Amino acid sequence: MARVETFYDVIRRQGISRRSFLKFCSLTAASLGLAPAFGPRIAHAMETKPRIPVLWLHGLECTCCSESFIRSAHPLVKDVVLSMISLDYDDTIMAAAGHQAEAILDEIRHEYKGRYIAAVEGNPPLNEDGMYCIVGGRPFVEQLREVCSDAMAVISWGSCASWGCVQAAHPNPTRATPVHEVITDKPIIKVPGCPPIAEVMTGVVSYILTFDKIPELDRQGRPKMFYSQRIHDKCYRRPHFDAGQFVEQWDDEQAQKGHCLYKMGCKGPTTYNACSTTRWNGGVSFPIQSGHGCIGCSEDGFWDNGSFYDRLTNVKQFGIEANADQIGGTVAGVIGTGIAAHAAVSAVKRARMKSGETQAPPHPNAPSHD
Amino acid sequence: MATVSTPNGFSLDNAGRRVVVDPVTRIEGHMRVEVNLDSDNVIRNAVSTGTMWRGLEVILKGRDPRDAWAFTERICGVCTGTHALTSVRAVENALDIKIPENANTIRNIMQLTLQVHDHLVHFYHLHALDWVDVVSGLKADPKATSELAQSISPWPKSSPGYFRDIQARLRKFVESGQLGPFKNAYWGHPAYKLPPEANLMATAHYLEALDFQKEIVKIHTVYGGKNPHPNWLVGGVPCPINIDGTGGVGAINMERLNLVSSIIDQSIEFVNQVYIPDLIAIAGFYKDWLYGGGLSSTSLMSYGDIPERANDYGDKSLLLPRGVILNGKLDEIHEIDLGAPDQVQEFVNHSWYKYADESKGLHPWDGVTEPNYVLGPNAKGTKTRIEALDEGAKYSWIKSPRWKGHAVEVGPLARYVIGYAQNKPEFKEPVDQLLKALDVPVAALFSTLGRTAARGLECAWAAEKLRYFQDKLVKTIKAGDQSTANTAKWDPSSWPKSAKGVGFTEAPRGALGHWIRIENTKIANYQAVVPTTWNGSPRDTKGNIGAFEASLLDTPMADPEQPLEILRTLHSFDPCLACSTHVMAPDGQEVTKVTVR
Repeated sequence: MARVETFYDVIRRQGISRRSFLKFCSLTAASLGLAPAFGPRIAHAMETKPRIPVLWLHGLECTCCSESFIRSAHPLVKDVVLSMISLDYDDTIMAAAGHQAEAILDEIRHEYKGRYIAAVEGNPPLNEDGMYCIVGGRPFVEQLREVCSDAMAVISWGSCASWGCVQAAHPNPTRATPVHEVITDKPIIKVPGCPPIAEVMTGVVSYILTFDKIPELDRQGRPKMFYSQRIHDKCYRRPHFDAGQFVEQWDDEQAQKGHCLYKMGCKGPTTYNACSTTRWNGGVSFPIQSGHGCIGCSEDGFWDNGSFYDRLTNVKQFGIEANADQIGGTVAGVIGTGIAAHAAVSAVKRARMKSGETQAPPHPNAPSHD
Repeated sequence: MATVSTPNGFSLDNAGRRVVVDPVTRIEGHMRVEVNLDSDNVIRNAVSTGTMWRGLEVILKGRDPRDAWAFTERICGVCTGTHALTSVRAVENALDIKIPENANTIRNIMQLTLQVHDHLVHFYHLHALDWVDVVSGLKADPKATSELAQSISPWPKSSPGYFRDIQARLRKFVESGQLGPFKNAYWGHPAYKLPPEANLMATAHYLEALDFQKEIVKIHTVYGGKNPHPNWLVGGVPCPINIDGTGGVGAINMERLNLVSSIIDQSIEFVNQVYIPDLIAIAGFYKDWLYGGGLSSTSLMSYGDIPERANDYGDKSLLLPRGVILNGKLDEIHEIDLGAPDQVQEFVNHSWYKYADESKGLHPWDGVTEPNYVLGPNAKGTKTRIEALDEGAKYSWIKSPRWKGHAVEVGPLARYVIGYAQNKPEFKEPVDQLLKALDVPVAALFSTLGRTAARGLECAWAAEKLRYFQDKLVKTIKAGDQSTANTAKWDPSSWPKSAKGVGFTEAPRGALGHWIRIENTKIANYQAVVPTTWNGSPRDTKGNIGAFEASLLDTPMADPEQPLEILRTLHSFDPCLACSTHVMAPDGQEVTKVTVR
């Protein structure tokens, strides 16, 4: 495999100076939430590792994951595609079509057996023998199985691949099925969200290339670095929640002041994602900052948890925090109590997490996948 | 078969060699096309097939109508937001909810932002490689490339050194042998006509546009919290305005307005100094390749969009043109009534669905969907290994929508031709200028190239209109109106027992309508008829062919093994297959062949 070059070779050959390269490495470290000391380590990895082929497949989906991916600000998607990975198949952007496109899958599978990444956007429908999603005249699920069989790892992009998402919402007419229920013999990294945040997507790819391993995952298969805390845990409006200051109606005075959206149905308290810290589109905003509650799009079965505007009072895991609803009604006098209650429930949750009892709330109405 | 004439005026002959392209790439979703060539390799029959079905409208049944925007937004992440806007309009129409002026303005800004972003990304990242030979750029003289660039645009990134660097990066990339998304493509194909310098310039702009597109969508992020898939609200928009009060940092404030304003300026500059000059330069080399007209010279439709006044969806309020042109009669614009049962209808006799009586079409409010995946007797292969489809039978997951029985083309070209026919200066003048610059007659519009050009003109129009509406927002705020939502009917207990409504927009790809029926505060029936359903439809009961199929006819292929000409024409429509393949079961009807778990 003499023609396999390192990332560093490629980036230098493309006219990027060593100085820019090192700057890129430190930015990558920062975007992964790593200490500055990791910059040189990333640089070393980039200098010595070959570019990994990525085969990016599309099942039933809406292409929002691809659209999100190309929004990445650090690293720029141009640099990811030209210099970090070898994106040899992605039917949304590839120049070739038809059998010229399909031939690439066979070539990479054989030439890079066990050394490429299968990135999956969307999911396979299993009803109608899989023919609700046809690629090359065959069911998509066949292509998925073949490509994953020789991959070293699988990335499930977005909520479709990770959980099933909108087409798997009740009654799931096509029997759209998440990737891990079809591919059971490969490491799978779930990067949920509808779509996932761009820098989280490129962050996961950079991590794999940099550290030569898949990121540490939680029990549901999500990278801990981005999915181990709730939107609510890091929300900049959290002090308003704790103070019992809530938006009561769209565009009311509290909304204009940027108070907590919990009473408008915000799912931040039960949603594990990086939106309230990494934010969206280069850090410009995130749903809560722009006035709408979180709809919980990175959670399994979020389409079947009642209306996006239903208050979270009846969610079991919400526990004592549900009382904050009443506390909010009586405001100032009981702020202290609110915080105390809140602290108590947080402590209970930490204990539960430690004991491995649960990491995310259950979804009583979510469609079951067998 | 012998040659068959379709009622809408095309000749089909499937006797010759059959060529299959599956997957059609650089589109949204999954699509297949088959063509028959005559002995001169000219396309004489075309069969286009939507190859995916997700059933979103089945899923919407029984849901809260206020949630529908989020579900339908996920129909498509490329034209993100346009289904959501159509959905909130449908619900507001059903429940007679009036939105504040600022909400209308912000929605227009969201929709125009999508138009600018989507058209730009389509041109450079989904379509350009049909016209631009990336590898040929290696032979370019950077100095001559610089001269070319500077002769067509004041865009500053145009020095010989800049193009030399790009070329060096490109050369090393190609020589590495790892071509990534450019692998196995059609470089060197005789249908590529650009000189190396134009190829190098366009490739440089492919990369610049990739960097820039992520800036445009920040407008969605400001008003909608994220992109793709920003947030919307029945009754207005979710982002409050707070210009000078306590906590203004939690709302649309001066800093946010400045951010949007700055992005609008950059977008106008990029479109006018990069996209439009590239479009004219590239078109100049292809003006002899005027294939791909299809239905565009005869049958076109646009619902209109971008209402100047809140809650006024009439012709005079809509800035994008509205109407239907039939039989090539540009002097007669037909009026559209989306509620009329005999106007918009969907047929399924060539689609993988079942009606009780397939000789008739159904209006979306009464739409029926029952999947029925069967291949015709002349299909080759098996049900799960299709070698060739039988277009005499059912052959697509897309239905066949018709307007009063007519197949029509929708999209930027339709909008521009209708605006041109209506003598609206803001559409007519740029078209005339472009035709003059290229020295081609009006008839040249009705082509693949015309479609691509109209999209570019519309991108520039949308960027200018962004500025207009952002200024309008500031003016309204200045006049003391900061309202963004009407919550009078937020509570479902205020709704009538049953209601029905229709919402429409002009998505980047064309006319988009959502039809909703609400019973007891829940969705009883939901139907979306989308642009690619119109353009990509299979044949109908009478044998009329849709826009994709019509556009491929009579096009010569230089090399049947390398379907560059097919891709070029299909891409000119900017197909969106996840949008087009939808359906809905009517109230009380079970969807068959479906395992509900």
